[in-house]
Amino acid sequence: MRTLLYLLIGIFFGITMFKSEAASWFRIYEMFQFQSFHMYGIMGSALAIGIVVVQLIKRYKLKSIYGERIQFIPKNKSVSRYLIGGIIFGLGWALAGACPGPMFTLVGAGFAPILIVIVFSVLGTFLYGVLKDKLPH
Amino acid sequence: MNAIMQPWPWYVSGPLISLVLFLLLWVGKNFGMSSNLRTLCTICGADKTSDFFKFDWKAQRWNLVVVLGAIIGGFIASNFLSDSAVVHINPETVKDLKELGFSSAGNAYLPTELYSLDALTDIKSVLILAIGGLLVGFGTRYAGGCTSGHAISGLSNLQLPSLIAVIGFFIGGLIMIHLLFPLIF
Repeated sequence: MRTLLYLLIGIFFGITMFKSEAASWFRIYEMFQFQSFHMYGIMGSALAIGIVVVQLIKRYKLKSIYGERIQFIPKNKSVSRYLIGGIIFGLGWALAGACPGPMFTLVGAGFAPILIVIVFSVLGTFLYGVLKDKLPH
Repeated sequence: MNAIMQPWPWYVSGPLISLVLFLLLWVGKNFGMSSNLRTLCTICGADKTSDFFKFDWKAQRWNLVVVLGAIIGGFIASNFLSDSAVVHINPETVKDLKELGFSSAGNAYLPTELYSLDALTDIKSVLILAIGGLLVGFGTRYAGGCTSGHAISGLSNLQLPSLIAVIGFFIGGLIMIHLLFPLIF
């Protein structure tokens, strides 16, 4: 039952990623050229509503459907890891035109070469795990 | 129905993404897709190489199910919910891209120069996809999240680390498009 819920949320997410064109390489390029409001509108409106949602959940101490408190895990304080990691991510995001959600949506949409991006992003994550202790955090 | 078959405007798509964020919180989970890449490493045996991959991956199975859903969603959207998958980007962007050699700009969902089956026989295209993927995977884990985990989840919760990460995403993206693209393409 829980698994079915996760699956339905994933399907809904995948459809939204494809139909919003957030999974399109062209939209990412256009965004970084500041030639369209589209991507900024998507992220801005998602964020604006997201902030309200999170605030309401906290204020009314909303419980999950399983009766547990909804938890928000705070991220560790640091600048270097977020900035350096973020820049590396951004370089790849603009080059491949896909981030870790949409890349899977594109598999379903039938773009076989995206599998190269996925395999290498798993490898990239592996590389991070190996080098983790040598990197500034 | 006609409106569904067309590309969805930002003011529909954005709120739907916040709905995904809410639904995942409501079922007691957090929205963040890049953790799946770490889970996949562990499943492939990376825990034998680095402690970073020693964790109970089975607790992350729910997120892999979300990924499976995202794949199915992509299939449904492209096959049954789209009249045409052409992305109508700004004509100026089309012109810029054609000058860079992307003749499919304005006529496709993804550039055929990178994402068609023919592109798989082109070493440069394959290298671009591989390096792009490598940077995404490395960077996202270093930064502790991606567009969903930081730009949506983290910023919705007003977390400073997520703001720094998102600023990083944009610095990286701008460097790639404005400084490196003219050298690569």
